[in-house]
Amino acid sequence: MTTDSLPGVLSSACAEVREARQDDAVAGVAPRFVARPASVAEAAAVMRAAADQGLTALPRGAGTRLAWGSPPSGCDLLIDTRGLNQVLEHAAGDLVVRVQAGVGLEQLAARLAAAGQRLALDPPGARPPSPHDADPAGDRQTPGTIGGLLATGMAGPLRLRYGTPRDLVIGITVVRADGTVASSGGKVVKNVAGYDLGKLFAGSYGTLGLIVEAAFRLHPLPAATAFVTLDATDADAVRAAVAAAVDSPLAPSAAEIDRPARGEPFRVGVLLEGDADGVAERCARLTGLLGNGAAASPTAPAWWGRGAAAEPAGTVVRIGFWAEALAPVLAAVDGAASHAGLDPLVGGSAAAGVMYVAVSADAPAVAVARFVDDLRAALAGPSVVPAAAAELATSRSPADAPPSWASAVVLHAPAEVCAAVDLWGPVPSLGLMRAVKAQFDPEHRMAPGRFAGGI
Amino acid sequence: MTARLTDAGAPAGTGVEALIPAMTDICGPAGVLSDPLQLATYECDGLTSHRCSPGLVVLPTTAEQVAAVVAVCARAKIPFVARGSGTGLSGGALPRADGVLIVTSKMRRIIAIDAASRRAIVEPGVTNLAVSKAAEPYGLFYAPDPSSQVVCSVGGNVAENSGGAHCLKHGFTVHHVTGLQIVTPDGELTWLGDGTGAAPGYDLVGAFIGSEGTLGIVTKIIVKLTRIPEAVTTLLAAFATMGAGGAAVSAIIGSGILPGAIEMMDALAIEAAEAAVACRYPEGAGAVLIVELDGPAGDVARETAAVRAICEREGAYEIRAANDAAERAAIWTGRKSAFAAVGRISPAYIVQDGVVPRTALGEVLDRIAELSAASGVRVANVFHAGDGNLHPLVLFDDAKPGAEAAAEVVSGQILDLCISRGGSITGEHGVGMDKSRYMTKMFGPGDLDTMQLLRCAFDPAGLCNPGKIFPTPRLCGEVPGVRRDPHPLVASGQVDQF
Repeated sequence: MTTDSLPGVLSSACAEVREARQDDAVAGVAPRFVARPASVAEAAAVMRAAADQGLTALPRGAGTRLAWGSPPSGCDLLIDTRGLNQVLEHAAGDLVVRVQAGVGLEQLAARLAAAGQRLALDPPGARPPSPHDADPAGDRQTPGTIGGLLATGMAGPLRLRYGTPRDLVIGITVVRADGTVASSGGKVVKNVAGYDLGKLFAGSYGTLGLIVEAAFRLHPLPAATAFVTLDATDADAVRAAVAAAVDSPLAPSAAEIDRPARGEPFRVGVLLEGDADGVAERCARLTGLLGNGAAASPTAPAWWGRGAAAEPAGTVVRIGFWAEALAPVLAAVDGAASHAGLDPLVGGSAAAGVMYVAVSADAPAVAVARFVDDLRAALAGPSVVPAAAAELATSRSPADAPPSWASAVVLHAPAEVCAAVDLWGPVPSLGLMRAVKAQFDPEHRMAPGRFAGGI
Repeated sequence: MTARLTDAGAPAGTGVEALIPAMTDICGPAGVLSDPLQLATYECDGLTSHRCSPGLVVLPTTAEQVAAVVAVCARAKIPFVARGSGTGLSGGALPRADGVLIVTSKMRRIIAIDAASRRAIVEPGVTNLAVSKAAEPYGLFYAPDPSSQVVCSVGGNVAENSGGAHCLKHGFTVHHVTGLQIVTPDGELTWLGDGTGAAPGYDLVGAFIGSEGTLGIVTKIIVKLTRIPEAVTTLLAAFATMGAGGAAVSAIIGSGILPGAIEMMDALAIEAAEAAVACRYPEGAGAVLIVELDGPAGDVARETAAVRAICEREGAYEIRAANDAAERAAIWTGRKSAFAAVGRISPAYIVQDGVVPRTALGEVLDRIAELSAASGVRVANVFHAGDGNLHPLVLFDDAKPGAEAAAEVVSGQILDLCISRGGSITGEHGVGMDKSRYMTKMFGPGDLDTMQLLRCAFDPAGLCNPGKIFPTPRLCGEVPGVRRDPHPLVASGQVDQF
């Protein structure tokens, strides 16, 4: 590998620097260099060097979600975090783990499982909870790194009980665009000293800086799991089944739905976790509650948690909504999809107010764009306003109610669709977000253009 | 003994008095207080050792009024401080003599409850417990439960990211809030998030919660509600020593059980509680453990049996179980009264809020005992054993010369101890003005500088609860970068850099 063409300043900052290759492109944008720091100090030096040279920079872990977000408007330097791959400390007695950003999710899960613990996040591509380590679904998208998990804020079915990465992160270390290394939080679960940069960086798509370390709160790995499933013919039946499970005292860890195509029935699945006796008991109670057609199994159904990963080369839209509005949201999806001539897969964490719509890669870009526009218009309409908040929504003061009660974000899409669609949609408090960006990255060199509002 | 503070800049009262007509237009005459006797009633929050009468007090009743008040302050370049119920323990609501205190206690509406979505929209002055009471008919409750929940406000909870005894299992405020309407420091009303928890963009809700009133004033909160557990059991276990109690805690957590709460009190704290509320905890206990288990009935029954067995194995000589709500309340009375109760055994005290990794608890408690013995300053210990959050109550007689200073020294040594074990200077009370001087022990200059970037984004003029959290304010608009020269304020001799 020739080093003649590398700026000396980059290679003196970081031992592993090379010219970018074809396959390093990010959403079709080709970087010039790839740096792979092996330590936080090297990462800081590389960022300082990039600052000195005015280079745009983009972090990359395993690259599993690099195509998410809008294509970057510049990508001079790719920072490969996989050299930061140490599990720094696993304090099992404290249920806390500290890791570098390049640690792989599966690698970490295995390490924690050996101590009977887990990071209670199951993003798409991760194995579903199972006591037998069987993966009936076969091939899955390779899960990524801790840094990528935090930066995309991705979660899976367990979000109902445990939340998303921002709910479990208790400490973070980042390198700012100017090379400053900064930490917030720590390695104890209870900590309100100072601002929580972990929350700010979660879901920030690399636009505020480079995440190099994070500490998370862990949970005991459940001894037993059970999936109670049933089919539901229409949206109301789905809503009723999900509500029955979540309103019950049985403390489900997840309640998911899935519908491969419009003509097919919905599948509903509820996950129960705990000790063997407890799970058996709750499983029996839940099956009774859900009635005819409910069946139980210790392993996940094949469709479990696939919504966000169903069309890796296609378009995936994530809808956030108030859980009560499940039926109108499904109606909005169906209406917009039919109108656009599409028949996408629909599924997700219905009880947690998150759903995914997956459109195949061969759908015409024009149709996908129409679908997204129509969907957003319906989600802005009266049918998804929570009934209890109706008074607020029609109140005289426009500021009384949040500007929207639901959102639809295009997580990823083929290039032609990206060009035809506003991926992010309306964003509340965009002005404040721009102000935050301007403070953290005044030269707009970190993952420019990838984020909401063109940030 | 109290410290009276005045502020640099305009002599107290002149600048802010000029705002009275505008504030009266906004909040009405009943919503503006300027009489010195009235102002004095707001001179401190729950941290009574530091007092400062505000220049002016306003009591808005709507979000629009809060925005208008802040806009007036911003135009006049007058600092302002928000106050909920004034129960905070770090002086976060300590007023400014040259500023306006914006009190949200009249904003008490529970605007909407969406039981099917498990959400509620509330105003900031609503008390924490009122949310749970309003949710109860739907089989729901609001999980973060600070000990002051009868009085403390949800707006204050948002500012401090309050926890409570049940946060080990159920999380803190940040886990239970999915949207905020705020007034920005320049007087604009805006929403952060939309209640779903999945709104696009930066997680400004997460960044705002716990920012101690320095990034704006919250005027509506979208909270998550949690299903009331099917069963709750509360156990009280008495041990001869703290070590045995601590071992029991470790064994419980190590067995994979996640209790709703695990609290611990030492002999001195028990003595105080007994004197105050006659809680009749087991005689002669060196440590008392309160363990609460919640969840589905069968699980709770099994976990209760397991916890009993563990406590017995670790040497508990008496175990009580609550059979009904009254017995449960009786067990908790002693623990909940602990802070106020120490007044029975000591004229004055400092309450700390350090955190250590749970596995270091035993060692840290031994060390605190050593510090106490060496200095002659008594320390009663009450703590959230499950998450290592200590509340050492450092006792002193304020009539004795030098006693308070000695207590401050021990108090500081305890915080140093927490930091040295990888913990935190505050688990739930916040930094406020009380612990800002410790921030440089826990964080480096790059850390504090970076955190303050957030402050500069929200409050470039530095008017929103200034002087709290950070010992050295960051100049907004300065070119960020690794500083090679001394900070301008340090160079001009105006501040020290520790």
